[in-house]
Amino acid sequence: MHELAVTESLLEIAIRHAQAQNAHRITDLYLVIGKWSSIVDDSVQFYWDIISDGTIAKGATLHFQRVPVVITCQDCGKEYQPASEEFACPHCGGTHAKVKSGDEFRLEAIDVEE
Amino acid sequence: MPQRIPVVEKILSANDRLATENQSRFDSSKVFAINMMASPGAGKTSLVEQTIKGLEGRLRVGMINGDIATSFDADRAQAAGATAIQINTGGDCHLDAVMVQSAISQLDLGVLDLVIIENVGNLVCPADFKLGTHISVLVASVPEGDDKPYKYPGMYRGVNAVVINKIDLLPYVPFRMDFFKKGIEVLNPGVTQFELSCRTGEGLSDWLAWLERQVKEFKAS
Repeated sequence: MHELAVTESLLEIAIRHAQAQNAHRITDLYLVIGKWSSIVDDSVQFYWDIISDGTIAKGATLHFQRVPVVITCQDCGKEYQPASEEFACPHCGGTHAKVKSGDEFRLEAIDVEE
Repeated sequence: MPQRIPVVEKILSANDRLATENQSRFDSSKVFAINMMASPGAGKTSLVEQTIKGLEGRLRVGMINGDIATSFDADRAQAAGATAIQINTGGDCHLDAVMVQSAISQLDLGVLDLVIIENVGNLVCPADFKLGTHISVLVASVPEGDDKPYKYPGMYRGVNAVVINKIDLLPYVPFRMDFFKKGIEVLNPGVTQFELSCRTGEGLSDWLAWLERQVKEFKAS
């Protein structure tokens, strides 16, 4: 839904880091996106192709690493991936959960050329 | 040869930075700010109205309203007695820190104790954009259905309180309160919850007392 704002931010961060290294071209971006981050890859790619045009990141490839939601049960200590209709622990039925991963939303690295 | 540069930066870091600046402005004026989020029709504006009226004479309330096109909601808040600033997002599905920054400049923070920011009705996008408020409140409602925490975990995870509105409709709508609350409990253990009806007034006093206490504790800190 808000992929344009996300993509603009992505471009700004990538160019800032590339310029800090005196790079003249960005070839690849590595994104880490948790499953609970509401971002549609295709939509980011769509905006990326438009807004990166004319910048040093034109034509760069976006790599999406999707991180699954993993919950640590605070009752039995086991880890599990929640089902869409049921969040409780499948091992013990506990509902004292700690979300271990799935919220990620960051640019991990970029590949650049001098 | 391509060279790998580690970045490790949150994608919305620019918004986050600006949100921190917004919060500093609220802090320096000792104004407590809340970000109120919900789906369209859950009763955000009704809760804002009831809150303004309920706190009349106790707290000075300002309101910032995010709406795609109209000013209906800000008008209602104004009629209820608050200073209200309208932000029309022009199609954007959420408020962001930039929009709130310009709205803050239109408010006289010196004469306010509490600012309620009513976000655009949406259970997805507003969760990702910090505004610089001290707390976030999610307004859920009985007719939306009891599966919403499971469908919108990002929203339910990030809030400080959940208000369940329209409980007067519980006899008429299939809504399993225990199932709904189980989802909230897993996503956001121990989060403050209120069950109320803006229409009948049931349960409102607990919400108002809690909110007033949050503001007083903030001002005393």
